[in-house]
Amino acid sequence: MRAKRKRRLILSGLLLVGIGTAVTLTLLALNKNINLFYTPTQVEAGEAPVNQSIRVGGLVEKGSVSRDKKGLTVRFKVTDTARTVAIEYTGILPDLFREGQGIVAQGRLNERGVFIADTVLAKHDENYMPPEVADALQTAKAMRVTK
Amino acid sequence: MAATDGLPEQNREDIYRHMWNFFHRLGSPVYFYRWAGKAIPWCWGVTALLLLSGLYLGLVVAPTDYQQGDSYRIIFIHVPSAWMSMFIYVVIAVCGFITLVWRMKMADVMARASAPIGAMFTFTALVTGSLWGKPMWGTWWIWDARLTSELVLLFLYLGYMALLSAIEDRKMAARAGAILALVGVINIPIIHYSVDWWNTLHQGSTVTKFSKPSIDISMLIPLLLMALAFQLYYFSAVMMRARSTLLIQERRAHWVRELPEVNAP
Repeated sequence: MRAKRKRRLILSGLLLVGIGTAVTLTLLALNKNINLFYTPTQVEAGEAPVNQSIRVGGLVEKGSVSRDKKGLTVRFKVTDTARTVAIEYTGILPDLFREGQGIVAQGRLNERGVFIADTVLAKHDENYMPPEVADALQTAKAMRVTK
Repeated sequence: MAATDGLPEQNREDIYRHMWNFFHRLGSPVYFYRWAGKAIPWCWGVTALLLLSGLYLGLVVAPTDYQQGDSYRIIFIHVPSAWMSMFIYVVIAVCGFITLVWRMKMADVMARASAPIGAMFTFTALVTGSLWGKPMWGTWWIWDARLTSELVLLFLYLGYMALLSAIEDRKMAARAGAILALVGVINIPIIHYSVDWWNTLHQGSTVTKFSKPSIDISMLIPLLLMALAFQLYYFSAVMMRARSTLLIQERRAHWVRELPEVNAP
């Protein structure tokens, strides 16, 4: 009886290890396809295909947003703090869209390297705090910069 | 805890041995049935208290978020549901492991009783996430690694339940289910680390990480209260389900036939 139980223990353990290995290898092989978007660095390096529906993600660069006088077209740049990609989008932006905000845009990269988006999604980070705390943090940061 | 009653002056080792014995005895259907019957009303009571205080602190007292305004408050349902969906799956997998190796009857009963509750929490996490995603992200759904792996978890639960009910022989069903549960448990670390391993639309971890939680204490407290409330809800519900499963499964056993509630006219 003991020996039987030991054998089952080993078999169950092996099952777990085997599946773990198989899944790890699969995920490693699929790594690129599981990422939701290309970063500006990847786009710059030519890793993103041109004229194919893809997603690009990053932070909206400060001071880069320009809205069309007539119509809903918006031009802005996203950055991963190393490289930037210019994005053009016609439509309604999500509420959270603002400079410095993380976004994910779906669309196509044209030959000039401009990303023509047909959807823009806002990404919010993992920080939650009351507005007063956010303000206090901002002021503290500004103080440090001016010093 | 009831098990440590009557030996207040014992040293620590004895208490550990006593607790181990207590868990050992919970492995016996008769003892579990009796003990759970007593524990269930208490569990429900604590659940209600935690739920009420968590909801009050979360929906009334907690301040609005600097970015998301009041919409973030769905976090108090969404995050505890998602945590429970993963926790319950791990419970099922551990029960599966025990079933495969030690063939314990109660492990199978607990796994069986847990599955629908886990599926419900997974569903709740997906639906509340979707309701949250539309106003914040701008979409109900996106096939990113976090959302997709959580959807796979729902399918694992449904598949597990379907497999158990498809096999008539109880022991066979228990073993087949245990193997499926063990195969699927690999999805749990994938769900948790998906936001670190790949880039996703879903945010990274706020609380369950090694650094300090990046949520204000006034929001963290109701979140943890709600998480505890959901945990206690699970304990209450799973004990009730396990008790009724036991009654059906063991209906021919002496101890069931002698129960006053079974013999009641």
